[in-house]
Amino acid sequence: MKLFNEPSPLETKIISFRFGLENSASIDTYLANDGYKALRKALEMTPDDIINEVKASNLRGRGGAGFPTGMKWSFVPRASEKPKYIVVNADESEPGTCKDRLLIQHDPHQLIEGCLLGALAVGAKKGWIYIRGEYNYLIHIMDKAIAEAYNNGYLGKNICGSNFEFDLYTHTGAGAYECGEESALLESLEGKRGVPRIRPPFPAVSGAFQSPTLLNNVETFSSVPAILRMGGQAYADLGVPKSGGTRLVCMSGHVNKPGVYEVPLGFPLMKFVNEIGGGVWKGRALKAIIPGGSSSPLLKAEECDIPMDYDSIAKAGSMLGSGGLMVMDETTDMVKVALRIMRFYQHESCGWCIPCREGTTWLKKMLQRVSDGHGQTRDIDLIGDLAQNMMGRTFCPLGDAAAMPTIAIVKKYRNEFEEYVARNPFASPELVSIA
Amino acid sequence: MALVNVTINGVQVQAENGALLIEVAKQNGIEIPAFCYYEGMSLQAACRMCLVEVEKAPKLMAGCTLPVAEGMVVRTESEPVVKARKTTLEFLLSNHPLDCPVCDKGGECELQDMTFKYGVGESRFTEIKQHVPEKQWSPVVFYDAPRCILCYRCVRVCNEGMGVGALGISYRGVNAEIIPSNGDHLECDECGSCIDICPVGSLTSGIYRYKTRPWEMEHVGTVCTHCSNGCKTTLGVRNNEIVRGNNRDKSGINGEFLCVKGRYAFDFTQHPERLQTPLIRNAAGELEEASWSRALKLVAEKFKELAGPDFGVIGSTRTTNEESYLLQKFARTALGTASIDHHRTGDVVTLIDALSGKTGQLATTEELYTTKAVLVVASDLSQQQPLLANKIRANVRHHKAAVYAVTPGPVREDKIARKSIRVPEADSLAGVEQLREQLSKESELVIVFGDAIQGDKVRQLVAFGESLGIPVKYIALVDYANSRGALDMGVLPDLGPGYHATAPGRSLQQMLDDPKLAALWVVGANPLKGGKSLASTNAFVVVQDLFLTETAQRADVVLPAASAYEKNGTVTNVCGQVQRLKRGIETVGSKADLAIIGLLARGMGVNLGKVDADAIFAEIAASVPGYNQLPMPVILTGGAVQTHPVNGGVPPSSVPGIIASARDTLFTTGSLTRYSKILNEVLEKPGALYS
Repeated sequence: MKLFNEPSPLETKIISFRFGLENSASIDTYLANDGYKALRKALEMTPDDIINEVKASNLRGRGGAGFPTGMKWSFVPRASEKPKYIVVNADESEPGTCKDRLLIQHDPHQLIEGCLLGALAVGAKKGWIYIRGEYNYLIHIMDKAIAEAYNNGYLGKNICGSNFEFDLYTHTGAGAYECGEESALLESLEGKRGVPRIRPPFPAVSGAFQSPTLLNNVETFSSVPAILRMGGQAYADLGVPKSGGTRLVCMSGHVNKPGVYEVPLGFPLMKFVNEIGGGVWKGRALKAIIPGGSSSPLLKAEECDIPMDYDSIAKAGSMLGSGGLMVMDETTDMVKVALRIMRFYQHESCGWCIPCREGTTWLKKMLQRVSDGHGQTRDIDLIGDLAQNMMGRTFCPLGDAAAMPTIAIVKKYRNEFEEYVARNPFASPELVSIA
Repeated sequence: MALVNVTINGVQVQAENGALLIEVAKQNGIEIPAFCYYEGMSLQAACRMCLVEVEKAPKLMAGCTLPVAEGMVVRTESEPVVKARKTTLEFLLSNHPLDCPVCDKGGECELQDMTFKYGVGESRFTEIKQHVPEKQWSPVVFYDAPRCILCYRCVRVCNEGMGVGALGISYRGVNAEIIPSNGDHLECDECGSCIDICPVGSLTSGIYRYKTRPWEMEHVGTVCTHCSNGCKTTLGVRNNEIVRGNNRDKSGINGEFLCVKGRYAFDFTQHPERLQTPLIRNAAGELEEASWSRALKLVAEKFKELAGPDFGVIGSTRTTNEESYLLQKFARTALGTASIDHHRTGDVVTLIDALSGKTGQLATTEELYTTKAVLVVASDLSQQQPLLANKIRANVRHHKAAVYAVTPGPVREDKIARKSIRVPEADSLAGVEQLREQLSKESELVIVFGDAIQGDKVRQLVAFGESLGIPVKYIALVDYANSRGALDMGVLPDLGPGYHATAPGRSLQQMLDDPKLAALWVVGANPLKGGKSLASTNAFVVVQDLFLTETAQRADVVLPAASAYEKNGTVTNVCGQVQRLKRGIETVGSKADLAIIGLLARGMGVNLGKVDADAIFAEIAASVPGYNQLPMPVILTGGAVQTHPVNGGVPPSSVPGIIASARDTLFTTGSLTRYSKILNEVLEKPGALYS
């Protein structure tokens, strides 16, 4: 299967090294390239040993929040009267993010093996891969890989001749960004409306069908086979302290060579854009970068000279998030960017809680008006204020995801909003009060 | 239960570990405002109105889902909290139509109250609000989406409270709205709980809407006159017209629960066919309008002439205790007859006899909510006894009570039952026997049984209960608002007030079948319903009723009576709980049965003493066992007190009576509901039990 970008020599290919191989999605290719080796190794290990390897790897969740994976695994209670489940979050919907898609398309068996390792670690016998509805073609690839795994004794009963048994299913979403939020995903998986749940309890204690559930992103699960093969410490050493290993970064926007590249955590951001991405297109100057999906606050060009790891980007005021890196050149209209981002979140707000439901709607309406040239000066403050009023007050992180980029854009590019208002012939600086 | 120390607004309080902060605050007199939080329902945390500041928490926390823990320091009025509330209200009002001046809810709207208390005075938005046309889901339920704040209370009360689940959510984000599970219409109990629980004017009642403003009504707390459950209902009365029934103050045995009949079926009082003048059969054999004085004079004369053992009296399952008491007293003394009976719908008498020598084994309504286990025998509770069914559902939800059902067909309790057994009603006891092992493992039990269990079967059921070796209480189900009161007051052919033996007379059926019957006085009953006829063709028949029923059509004199909503007095519900009726309205031309009896006595020259509800109640308290120790302050303030009837055995009956429930459904209760326009509208097809 053809990749949509040429690999870069600067990449460190740990989980993407099978990408581009002939029939890379087939079990034969997988087995010929270290496939299911980690599983055989893990079958000789205790659950604690597996979790300790994952802890040692400093692997952090690749879905966006960056929670330490080993710790999450250790939260699943050892003894449970109820069955325990594995759930893979393949509802990859964050704008700018397209890595899970490649991991399923090119290397579905790596994901299956990751699930098996998770199942061994927590004692689960059943799992689901929740794939977003728009990824219909991936479901076929995944189903085929699962069938191959069953036929070759890697799923079902007596896996690899051991007592270990595990069943894996795909489940399709129906087109809701909200279902990428883990508790909403579980609701949807159970056949209900995809709205988030009150936490605690967290899925590790009470997740799918009120049972302990290990829920991770595709890339997180896909990273575990490599960790067990090479050892947690060796994997951790690839990255920086507290951010172990490598991750797939999805570069899009105004660059010469957009694509998905695997780099170690801590890789310099500007080096990534200029050397791997071939620099900003058309010889233009860089204006801003969204480092981790549309919900991460954008960084102005002068803020971009930082390493790509969770802590460094957080220090710069943004998030590594889902690895959806978007590059914007000097011609980018930031009012339009803010509007486009808000249109997405307004469309995707589930409607459960008030600040998100109403906040995204009114922000969209206001940004639309400013963008249409009918904005007033007070609108600029109001946009910033409304976004601020959503921050931290919504039921789930979707509200924050919508508020953060808006706050950043208004703060960092206020002048562009002012220019829009200045072009409005009917702009009035102050409301005339009726005395 | 471990106590923890929590500091709220600088005041240290003690609270149960893990209790919800919003409840802890309330118990200590601190309001944490909320829309979606609703005591007794599942948690939602959707409205974000209850955000408070908790020390060491990175952001504001929702008080409605936050369990308190030792050392927690909470601030509910700090600057960030106040600002958050203001902005939440700003968001809530951003798309709200603000049509308060024409909204039913205006004046008792939680959004209005919160805005006054916590909100800002003006809107910062200039964009056009999103409008969606109003929808009608049923004759009684209208939904206005723009007013909706999506607190999901209606969805939860329907699903959790009623066990129906007729409501859900469609679309998402700002387009999200409440929608019936059937798409465009409701197929449900039509109980109106969703309307009642709505904090804003989004769900409105088909019969109340646009009729009045809340502050223009008088609110009269009385008791529903339909089934035997005795729900307290607060009538909204405007210009001598009942325009609303609800129980928003949550007082009484039912809390805020009301079924379709309690909430809407008061409109029979306004029915155009309501009798408003007495009728006398003229020489041509037709009923002709007459004055009260002429009618009373005629009846008094005839009663005096015909008094004696061949005089038959049929009492009511709906009149007050005072009226039933006075009726039997009048019949047994002034009329000199022992033939008095009423439509008996459940075998309370045998139950009381079977339990003689024991105390405290008649369960109250509340006990269905607190007991560890319930056994339902031969009754479709959610149709026939909606409050009892609601209590059981709440018990399962809150206390995980064990429910067992032995019924001839599917019932709603099946969904929550540990075990359901399907047997014909005649084989109910065999079905109960199958549960012996499971039931004996429970720590306590309440057995609720319908009219299929009567006579010896009641004794067998009690013997079964007593053999389980656990504390067992019983409820013998009856049909109507004062069925139980009629029994307690001795409207029976061989038992006087308090179930003491009297000289035997004819039972109801014997009166109808006796060709020698000289006179029949029917007070608030319709024994000729369903094409039955009176064997005595010459009998002088007097009927007191609201409408020209089948029996009234056979009458020589018809006296227009007042309904329960038009008089004072007391009634006793299915569990023997006494409650007070309060007059809501008066209907021109009608008189309360108590007044009619008093006037007839005066016409006959009989001294019955002072005939008013309070005086008669005092007489009942002095002479009827079980009614002698009722704490009056509780009853006078709208509370309910269980009577403890005789405890020494009931004399065996020598009169073969008939006990038969009318098998009413949720949408019917005898003749009253036939004259309720709204019940006939919501009832698309005749409801059926066990379906």
